[in-house]
Order: sequence, then C-alpha cells, then structure tokens
Amino acid sequence: MQWETVIGLEIHTQLATQSKIFSGAATAYGAEPNTQACIVDLGFPGVLPVLNEEAVNMALKFGLAIEAEIASRSVFARKNYFYPDLPKGYQISQLDYPIVGSGRLTIELGDGRQKVIGVTRAHLEEDAGKSLHEDFNGMTGIDLNRAGTPLLEIVSEPDMRSIKEAVAYARKVHQLVVYLGICDGNMQEGSFRVDANISVRPLGQETFGTRTELKNLNSFRFLEKALSYELDRQIDLLEGGGRVVQETRLYDADRDETRSMRSKEEANDYRYFPDPDLLPVEIDAARLETIREALPELPDAKRRRFEARYGLSGEDARKLTASRPLADYYEAVIASGADPRMAVNWIGAELAGALNKAGLEIQDSPVTPAQLGGLLLRIADNTLSGKLAKQVFEAIWNGEGDADAVIEAWGLKQITDSGEIESIIERIIADNPKQVEQFRAGKEKLLGFFVGQVMKATQGKANPGQVNEILRARLKP
Amino acid sequence: MSLDRSAVEKIAHLARLALDEAQLEAYAQDLTNILGLVAQLETADTAQVEPMAHPLHMVQRLRPDQVSEEVRREAYQAVAPLVENGLYLVPKVIE
Amino acid sequence: MHTKTIVELAAGLHAGEFSSSELTEHFLARIADLDGGLNSLVTVVPEQALAAARAADQRIGAGSAGPLTGIPMVQKDIFCTQGVKTSCGSRMLDNFVSPYDATVVERLSGAGMVMLGKANMDEFAMGSSNETSFYGPVRNPWDRERVPGGSSGGSAVAVAACLAVAATGTDTGGSIRQPAALCGITGLKPTYGRVSRFGMIAFASSLDQAGPMTRSAEDAALMLQAMAGFDPRDSTSAQEPVPDYRAGLQDPLQGLKIGLPREYFGEGLDGDVAASVQAAIDEYRRLGAEPVEISLPNTGLAVPTYYVLAPAECSSNLSRFDGVRFGHRCEAPRDLEDLYKRSRGEGFGDEVKRRIMIGTYALSAGYYDAYYLKAQKTRQLISEDFRRAFEQVDVIMGPTSPTTAFRLGEKAGDPVTMYLNDIYTIAVNLAGLPGISIPVAPAAGMPAGLQIIGNYFSEAKLLNVAHRLQQQTDWHRAMPAGL
Repeated sequence: MQWETVIGLEIHTQLATQSKIFSGAATAYGAEPNTQACIVDLGFPGVLPVLNEEAVNMALKFGLAIEAEIASRSVFARKNYFYPDLPKGYQISQLDYPIVGSGRLTIELGDGRQKVIGVTRAHLEEDAGKSLHEDFNGMTGIDLNRAGTPLLEIVSEPDMRSIKEAVAYARKVHQLVVYLGICDGNMQEGSFRVDANISVRPLGQETFGTRTELKNLNSFRFLEKALSYELDRQIDLLEGGGRVVQETRLYDADRDETRSMRSKEEANDYRYFPDPDLLPVEIDAARLETIREALPELPDAKRRRFEARYGLSGEDARKLTASRPLADYYEAVIASGADPRMAVNWIGAELAGALNKAGLEIQDSPVTPAQLGGLLLRIADNTLSGKLAKQVFEAIWNGEGDADAVIEAWGLKQITDSGEIESIIERIIADNPKQVEQFRAGKEKLLGFFVGQVMKATQGKANPGQVNEILRARLKP
Repeated sequence: MSLDRSAVEKIAHLARLALDEAQLEAYAQDLTNILGLVAQLETADTAQVEPMAHPLHMVQRLRPDQVSEEVRREAYQAVAPLVENGLYLVPKVIE
Repeated sequence: MHTKTIVELAAGLHAGEFSSSELTEHFLARIADLDGGLNSLVTVVPEQALAAARAADQRIGAGSAGPLTGIPMVQKDIFCTQGVKTSCGSRMLDNFVSPYDATVVERLSGAGMVMLGKANMDEFAMGSSNETSFYGPVRNPWDRERVPGGSSGGSAVAVAACLAVAATGTDTGGSIRQPAALCGITGLKPTYGRVSRFGMIAFASSLDQAGPMTRSAEDAALMLQAMAGFDPRDSTSAQEPVPDYRAGLQDPLQGLKIGLPREYFGEGLDGDVAASVQAAIDEYRRLGAEPVEISLPNTGLAVPTYYVLAPAECSSNLSRFDGVRFGHRCEAPRDLEDLYKRSRGEGFGDEVKRRIMIGTYALSAGYYDAYYLKAQKTRQLISEDFRRAFEQVDVIMGPTSPTTAFRLGEKAGDPVTMYLNDIYTIAVNLAGLPGISIPVAPAAGMPAGLQIIGNYFSEAKLLNVAHRLQQQTDWHRAMPAGL
C-alpha cells in the first residue's frame, strides 16, 4: 500500500512588542514570577483590554509579506475554557474575522525545486501564563508574566506532503518573521512554537485521513522526529487494520515517541463569541500603505539580488541571506570595496568560525564590516599574504585596531619589491648549494624547501607568487 | 426547550459549578422556564437583520506600544488565596 | 441637613455655614442609627470618610473647591475601591480588598466627594429587588416589608433614607432606574460608553453603564459632569465630548415632542402607577410639550433578548472567579476541577449560578445560532424601533416599572416573574440609549417613577426635561416617614 502524508502546521509566534497585546505591562523574557503581570493580565475584577497598535502593525507586516488578503474589519472573540494559566477563564483570540486572510509562502525543496504552501489565515491572540510543576508539594505554581503577550497564530493549509516539506515550511516562516522584525525566533524561550497536524491516506485518495495533532514542538529537530514517529505509528496502525483516533498527542523527546494527552479526552466546547469589551478593528488603506512601504527586502528577493549583483551561487546567496544581520554585514563589507567572492569565503570560514567559537551572533562581531573590508583590500592589493591575513584578522578581533594599524604595528607589509626578493633568494641559494644541485638534477619537489626558506627569512611577508616566479628563474641551471 | 437533570449536569460542568444534588431538579425547572421565556425570540423575523454586537458604531482604538504599567506584585498578591515564591499555587495539573 | 440636595449643601459649605467634616459625621451617625433596619450598606469607612472630609474642607477654605467637594456619598459595591472591601454583593468577593480604584471612583473622589461606604446590591448586579445579596436583602425605607428594587438597591435606599446625599449605581437592564422609581429618587443611566467601565465589575459588558442616583436631576447633572468622559483604559469608552450638563437645565420645553409608546401603557401596568405617570405627562403638556403616541413594536422581544445576551456575557465575565488569584477558595481542594467547582459553587448564589448556566447553554455548541446570534439580531430590531421613533420625537416617556415596590419574597420564587419587572427599562440598555427615572406622585402610597428616554448622548436634554418637572412639582422632595 502506498501512503501519502498530509501535514498542516499551526505556528504561534510571539510578537516582539514592548508591551502586552491588551495591557501596558512589559513583555521581556525572564523576569521574576508575576512581576510583569498587571491587573489586566491577572484578570482582576473590573479590568478591560485595550489593543496594542504595534501588534496590529506586526500582523499586517506578516500579511503583506505573504501576499495575503487583509481584513478591512477584524473582530476579537473569546475562547472560553478553564485552566490555571488562563486568568480570565477565556483567551481573547480571533475566530470569524482574522486580521490576515489567505496567503502563500514558497519553500525550496533542496533540489532546486520550489513549492508554494498556502497559508489559510493568521490571527492575533493573547498568550497564556506558565505552569511550573516541580517542587511545590504536589501543587503546581502559576506564573502569569507571559499572560497577555501578543501571539500571531499562523495556520497553513494542509499542503505539505512530506516531513521534509513541513520542516522547510517551518524554517521559512521562522526566517520570515525574524526578517520582518516581528518575532525574535527564539524557540528555547518559546517565542516560536509549532503544532503539527498529520494524517495519511492511500495514494490517489481524495479525502483526507483522520489526523492527529502534535503540540508544542519547540525545535525543528523535534518537529522532524515527532512527525517521523507519528507517521510510522499511523501507517503501522492502519496497515494492521486499526483506525487512527483524532486526538492531541505530545512528543516525548527523551523516549522519541508521541503520547496521547490524557487531559483532553473530551473535545472542548469553547463557546466562542465576539468579545464585547473590544470593538471591531478597522484597517484603513493608509495604514497598509505605510506598512507596505516600510517592508524590508524579503529573503527570496534578497537572495535573487545577491545572485545577480554579486555573481554568487544559489547556495552561497542562500547562506548569506539566511538572516538580515548577516546579509547586511556582507553588503557593508562589499560597500567598503572588497571583492564579493573573497568576502563570501572570509565570512563563511574565518568569521563564522571565530563567531561560533566565541558564541557570538554576527551583530556582535568584534570585527566590523568596514574592518573586514579593509583587511580584504590589503590582501587584494598584495600588502598581505593570505596566511598573514589570518593573523591580522585575529589581531583585529582582539581589538588591536584596523588592518592598516596592525600591519603598521607589526611591520607586516608584504614584500613585493622584486629587487628585495631577488636579493633574499640570492642569499638562500648561496647558503644552500647542496639543495640547489639536487633541484637542478631533477628533484622538483625541493622548490617547496626554497619557498619555505624565503618565507622564513621574510617572516612570511614575501609575496608567494613573486617568490615562486623569481625562484624558478634563479634556480634554472 | 426542556432541560433535564443530566443536561444541567453537563452545563454545570462546562461552567465549573458544583451544584447540590438536591437542587438539580429545581435548577432544571428554573432553566427550562427561562428558556421558555427566551423561546419568544423564535417568533421574530430576523432573516434580513444584521446581528448587533455593540450599541454604538465605534471602532477599536489602538494604544501605542509602551510599557506603562508598574507591576505591584506584593499588592496584587496580598489578596491571593495561596501564593509561594511569587507563584500562584493550584492543585497539581496533570498534562 | 440630610434632606438637602448636593446643590443646597454645596452652597452651605461654600458659605461656611457648616463644614464637610460636620456633614460627614452627621451622615455617619445616621448610618449607625438607621441602617440596621435597612441594610443598605455592606461597608462603612468612617476614618477614610473623615480624612476625605478634612481634605475637602481645606480645598473649600482655599477657594479651590468644585460643586461636589465635600459632599458625602456612597459607591455601589460593584466599583473597585483601593484599600476598601469590594464585594459585589457576593460571598465570592467577601474577602476581596481591591488594589486599585475604578475610574468612576477616581473621578468622583478627585472632584472632592466623600465616600461614606459601599452600598449593598444584588449579587454581581443580577436582580431586580436586591434580594440576592450575600449580605441579606435591602429594605425599602417607605415600607420595610418591601423591596427597594435592584440591583442598585442599596444605593437607592441610602439616598432615599438620607443616609448619603448621593450614590453611584450601575444599570444593565434597569438597575439604576428601577430602584430609583421604587424608592422615590432620581436615577440616570447614561448612553452606553458615556461613563468608563474600568474598575466596574463586569456583568454584561455590552449593556453595563454607571450613573448617578440623587435627590434631583440637577444633582444628577453635577455628578454626571464629573463621571462622564473618555477613558483610555476602556475600549468601549466614547470619545464624544462632554457638554456642560447644567447649562441647559432651565431651557423651556415649548414644542418638545414626547413619544408615548403604546406598548408601555398596556396590560400589566398597575392602574395607580399609570395614573401618576399620566399626571406627570399632563404637567409636561402644561409646560408646552406635545405628547404623541408612538409604537415600539418589538418591545415584547426585549426581555427574552436580554435574558440570552446578558447571561451569555456574564457566564464568560464570571469565569475569572476561580479561587486562584483572588476571591473565595474552597477548603482543601482535591484536584483542579474540585478547586474550580467548589470555589465557584460555594462563592456564587443561586441567581448567579442560574444566569451563568443559561449563558453557558446559549453559547454552547449547537445552540449559538438559535440563541446568541438570534438575540443579537432581535437587539438590532429593538434598536431600530428607537431610531425610527427619534425621527419623530425628541424624548420618549413611560412608567419606569409596571408596579410599585412588591413585598420581600413575593417574586423570589420564580425567576421569570422577577425578570418581567424590567420590561420598560431593558430595551433602553439593548439600544444603548440614555434613560432617567424621576419620581412622580405616589401610587397607593408608594413611590413610582417616570422614565424619560433620550437619543444617543442627549443626557443634557434628559436632565433638562427632568429638571423642569422638578421645578413645577415637589414629588421628588417626598421623604419616607420616620427618617
């Protein structure tokens, strides 16, 4: 039996606003419990919600970036259920009139192929608090700092037909929201949470099979593993004559398996109704235009531009445009006159290596784009040999100044004066008659020895190309 | 529309209300009577009518994104039934 | 002294005839003496009141006082008052001391009013007789075996019995106007959105509105002036500018078109009440107004509509009372579900539980369209009746309540019978319009009220129309015996 996988993803992104969606409390991560939950967030008697403008703008940014229909009138609804991390006993969310309607996202499938994934809708809602289960003598502790943080819930069409596509889509959404500056994308901190719906059906069948929902997958790796496990489980079940039960399952990372959530045996009746404390949100054309004009260059467009303008391969362009700070860094290096290809190599190797080792992001690089650009120029104009350049890079990293300053301070200018090189070579030839004879007798390999000697004598500063050329000339019998 | 005991039990569960066994019948009767009152709505012809969510034709105001609340945790938790280390305590929640 | 209006007392304070501290002590003494038999207050705050009175006296002395400075009043116990118990008439909040002030409280104390205490009310504002309060029923000062009306029964009684000069109330289906009528005082429900709901414990969010309960329309104008106006903390707060409510109080009523809905004068209306209301309308005729018969054909849908929408909204608004962050928590909960069910089961009274359940049912899967959505549509029909009426008339009048105050316990047995008390007031909330109730001649010895309904944001007109009657007659000056 040939099975077709069908996957849809619901992604909750925490919007990077300063204050909460419905109150003026702060949203910063990591505060002491309940120090960022004001009376509105705590659902005290008599409090009322007031909508954060930036949350709306961020949702609109996303909608425009995925070419979605934008509702001219959007309504908030209450989703009613009881849970300790939900202070009001209802979540303010959106049901019938979400702020962003249907749109699309294009993913790359790795072999050059592309696929368009439909986005059904994206809506605004408030996040709930957190439950802490350890150390309270059989009690659970509730921290409501997170309650009221704005979320944009992005719902995809069930368009993905493989786990690979699902992961590619999730990564694409992640890249986009970070690019747009609407979400910090930090999955460990819970800024970006993925729920997956997965089902299988016999290949060729039109109707969908029964799906299960996998919740709170907070890394791409777990997303992949959970889907993998669940796919196998469903197929095994169906091939054994069983039926898939529509349910919510949690992924257990330690055991690499999915488990049914006991507490959700009964389907919740959320009793949605329009929130009477909030009025319909009207989005006017002017607001949309302003946001549209301020949209940053999106990842795909940037990638294509890098390929065209800098002559980069698709692979290199993709790597460099993976994040805006990286892409901006690259372009700043080019702006200082450096060669695009050299820049790719140095950023991808030396800089990346150093950043990784130090645990730094590109935005915090101690080597500025101008500094790196300057260094590359000195390699290009032969002031520095490649090997020395690496040492100079380290020096710049350690704060010793720009390339020129270091070159000056260390007296590192590459020796390119043929006259000087010639005289050094003369001396070495004179000092090593034996090797000279052996070389002239046919031992070509000894060229390396002579090069080495020249380098030693010049502390690596001699231009390798010239050294080679002059050595060969001089060593000729 | 008539509600019996078991219907009342279901509603009470949804609303997380503990009801006295002895009162279930009485509640069922009261609720049935109220639904009887409400049934009069069926006589209205509302085919062409828009639902009215708010009495005034107002639009949602947007608040600038600024931190404007100073959280007085101690004051807010002074009225809490059970708090430890700044956390509200409830019977253990099984996930 | 205690029978005087805000206007009269303010004059006395400004003239130095007495101080706010004296006035406050006087009312505190009356409360101590008389409220035992009326039960109009849940909490009295003598120290805080006297401190406020002293501050008011300083302002009066410095010449920086306003028309409300130093006037003793009570706040309905539905308004959050910082540092003071806020019970909402419920066991659920019996132990709740609010950490913040409602906007209404801020504005009135900012204007210098002296809060004597918190007024008793139907539990969570659900009721028309003030018999559902955890703190026991409130008694009508005109006949202590009778109800004062509700849910702002405590506020109405405090003013009627002269235990305070004025009070705040809230009105969702008639809860300011009906007790005002049953107790013989003036009560105004402003246009929805006119007064901020921030800090006012929510019952039905799209219907609730706060308003003044006073001895006269002029007093109500003064209080509304301080209470009204945009509040950025309430998304449903109107940006409509606040006019000077006193400016037009004396305007002549020549040519004023008064609509008299035939549906408000039909079956069910007590004969004596009808006669008193008619006498008031005759007064208006003498003042030059022109009463015309109109029709509000969907009036019969108002009570059923309300009893879907209000419970639906309140079932959600009251979900926050769960024993976790404030309010009543049951002893030794076995698990989470037990915590919720017993805390809420113990904390809420029967009427509240009934309404939560009706509301939950109306919103539940499979019933939303037939109940909630349907009721939103009939709400539209009812509003359109008024819109059409106001194309023809300036104000609408009728009785506030079909009867005078009934006996305690008389209607408490059957919820539906109780609900029908609000038959004339409910449609006004559904449409979001302003309405005021003012006393007319007694009906068989008990107070009765005339309701005047205006178009959106026409409170100034309403107060003007009410004030002119109070200049011609002294029905609003009547006082219960023995007080």
